[in-house]
Amino acid sequence: MGLRFDWDWAFAWEILPRLLEGAWITLQATVVGFALALAIGLLLALGRRGPRLLSIPTTVFIEFVRSTPLLVQLYVLYFILPNFGISMSAFLTGVIGLGLHYGTYLSEVYRAGIENVPRGQWEAAIALNFGTRTTWKNIVLPQAIPPMLPAFGNYFIVMFKETPLLSAITVVELLQTAKIIGSRTFSYVEPYTLVGIIFLMLSYPAALVVNRLEARFARYRS
Amino acid sequence: MPATAPDSTVAPTGAPDAPRSPREPIVRFDKVRKSFGTLTVLDDLDFEVGFNEKIAIIGPSGSGKTTILRVLMTLVEPESGVVWVDGRPLWHKQVNGKLVRADQRHLHEVRKDIGMVFQHFNLFPHMSVMRNITEAPIHVLGKSKAQAREEASALLAKVGLDDKADQFPSQLSGGQKQRVAIARALAMQPKVMLFDEVTSALDPELVGEVLSILRDLARETDMAMLIVTHEMGFARDVADRVVFFDRGQVAEQGDPVKIFSEPENPRTQSFLKAVLEH
Amino acid sequence: MGLDLLPVLIRGAGITIQLTLVSAALALGMALVAGLARLSPLWPLRFAAGLYVEVFRGTSVLVQLFWFYFALPLFGIRLDAFTAGVLALGLNVGAYGAEVVRGAIRSVPVGQTEAAIALNFTPWQRMRRIILPQAFVLMLPPFGNQLIELLKATALVSLITIPEMTFQGLTLRQTTGRTNEIFLWLLVLYFAVAYPLTLGVRWIERRVGAYTRA
Repeated sequence: MGLRFDWDWAFAWEILPRLLEGAWITLQATVVGFALALAIGLLLALGRRGPRLLSIPTTVFIEFVRSTPLLVQLYVLYFILPNFGISMSAFLTGVIGLGLHYGTYLSEVYRAGIENVPRGQWEAAIALNFGTRTTWKNIVLPQAIPPMLPAFGNYFIVMFKETPLLSAITVVELLQTAKIIGSRTFSYVEPYTLVGIIFLMLSYPAALVVNRLEARFARYRS
Repeated sequence: MPATAPDSTVAPTGAPDAPRSPREPIVRFDKVRKSFGTLTVLDDLDFEVGFNEKIAIIGPSGSGKTTILRVLMTLVEPESGVVWVDGRPLWHKQVNGKLVRADQRHLHEVRKDIGMVFQHFNLFPHMSVMRNITEAPIHVLGKSKAQAREEASALLAKVGLDDKADQFPSQLSGGQKQRVAIARALAMQPKVMLFDEVTSALDPELVGEVLSILRDLARETDMAMLIVTHEMGFARDVADRVVFFDRGQVAEQGDPVKIFSEPENPRTQSFLKAVLEH
Repeated sequence: MGLDLLPVLIRGAGITIQLTLVSAALALGMALVAGLARLSPLWPLRFAAGLYVEVFRGTSVLVQLFWFYFALPLFGIRLDAFTAGVLALGLNVGAYGAEVVRGAIRSVPVGQTEAAIALNFTPWQRMRRIILPQAFVLMLPPFGNQLIELLKATALVSLITIPEMTFQGLTLRQTTGRTNEIFLWLLVLYFAVAYPLTLGVRWIERRVGAYTRA
C-alpha cells in the first residue's frame, strides 16, 4: 500500500517523548479510576443485596449510570459540581467520573461472582456454625474472587481505552497531547497514528494476559 | 426401507473370524492407527465387515470402539493405514495407481455409503421432525420435496412416530428423539450404518423402544450394521458377530453365543464379568 | 424546569438516532464478514480479519474518530464529519461484533456439525442450513448490548462537531448558560432511549436462554 504523502520520521521521533508524558497521565488515570471503580463497585453490589430502602436507590443509580454516556456524565461532574462548591482538578473530576461509571459495571461482576458460589457452600458454612464475617472471608470470597479476575482485567482494559474522553474536560492525557501538537504544527497524521499505536501496544498484550487468566480460571466454572 | 437383495443371504452362525459372505467385505480397516496425544486408540488395526453383516462391538471405555466408527464416518482422520468402503479407499483416493490423501470431494463421494446414529441424537433443534429427516435427501441427494416427504413418512411410520412429523425435537422424549435420528440416517439409504452407544444416554424405560427398532433393522435390511453397545443381551440376540475391542485392538471376536458363554481371552472374561454382574 | 430547551435537544436526538442506525448497519455488515472470515480455512482471510478486529478493538473509539476526521485528509481522503463518525463507530463496534459472531458459531454444539457431516452435507450447506440458523439466535443478546453501547458512543461525535444531542446541549450551554437544566435533560433523554432498549435486550436474553435449554 503506497502512502501518498510523507510520513515525517524525524517529526514522529521528536514528538514521541511528549506523547509518552501524556501516556503516563493516561495510565495514572486508568489505575486510580479503576481502584475507585473497584471500591464503588463493591459498595454498590453490597447495596443491592441490602434492605429495600438501600437496594432500590442503588439499582436506580446503577441503571441510570449504565444507560447514559460516560462523556455526558463527565460533563455533568465537570460543570455542575463547582456550582455546589466542590472544586477539583480536571484529573480528579475525570477519575471520579470513570470510577462511578465503571463502578456500576463492576458491581455486576461482583454480583455474578458471588452468586456463582454454589448454594451448598453457604449451607455448609451454616451447618459448621461459621459466623457471617468468617463465612464471607474464609469460604465465599476466596471462591468468588478468582473467576472475577478475568472480568476485572477486561474492564481495566476498557477503561484504559476510554481515558481519551477525559480530554473533553481538559485533562492533558495522551489524546489531548496529540491534539495540542496537531493544532500547533498542523501535522495530524504522525501524532494521531502514534497515539493509536501506543494504545494498541499497551492494550493488546494486556488483552492476551487477560485471555490467559480466563483460560486458567475456566476450571473454576461448573 | 432399503430393499433386501435376493442373493448372498447369510446364515446366523458361521466361522468366527471370517467375513460373512463370499463377497468383498463392505468395510476393511488396513493397519489403521490413530493416537490422541500419547494415547494410542487404534493400534494398527486390521478389521473387516462383511456385506450385510451385523456386528456388535463391546469393550471398556477408552478402548477405541467409538473411534472406529468416527474414523469410518470421516469425523476423525487416521494417522496411517487405509480404510476401504465397498472397494473404495475412504481417506485416500487413487491417483495413477497410488494412494493420495483424499480431498473434500472424494470424501463426499464415499461418505454416501455410510450413515451414523449418535449417542446424543444431534437432531437439528430449529427444524421439525419431518424437516430433520428430509433436509439431507433434498439438499444432498437432490430428491424432490414431495418424494423426500413421502419416504420420510414411511420411515416415521416404521419407527412408530408418524403422528410427530410436525413436532420439534424439544417436544420429544429421549427415546423418540433417537428414533427420529435413526429415521434421519436411514433416509440417506447408506450401505453401512453406524450406531454409537445409541441407548446409553436414555432413561432405562426408553431403551427398549430403540433396541426394538434396531432388532427390526437387523432382521429386515441388508445394510451392514456396526453397533457399539453396552447392552449385552441385545448384542447376543441380534449380532452375527461380536467383537471385543480392547486397547486399540480386536482382542477377541466371534459368534455371540460363544463369546458370551465361553470367552477365551482373559481380558474378555474380566470385562464380561464386571459388566454382567451388577 | 427548562422544557423550552427540549426542542433543540430533540432535534439533536434525531441526529443521534440517525447516526446510531447507520453505524449499526455498517457494524452488522462488518461483524458478519469479519466473524466468518476469522473462521475461514484460508489463512489470509483469517489474518486480515484478525488484524481488523485487534486494531479496532485495541484502540480507543475516540482515537479512531479523530484519526478518521483529522489524519485521513492528509492521505488525500477528506471525510465530512458525519461520514467520519459513522465509519469510526461502525468499524469499532463491528470489530466487537465480529467476536460475537465467531463466538456464537463456535457455541453451536459440535454434535450438530458431526450430524451434518454424517448426512453428507457440504461445508457450505452445513454452515448455511445447520450452524448459522442456530448461531444467529445466540448472537441476538450480545448484538442488542452492542447497539446500546453504540447509542452511548454517538455522544463522542459531538467532539468533531456533529450536531447530535450532546453537541446541541453544549451549544445551548454556551448560549444560555443554563448548565444544570441542560445536562439534566440530556441525561434523561439518553436514558429514555437506552433503558427501554436495555429491557428489550434482557427480554431477548431470557427467551434465548429458554430456547437453548430446551
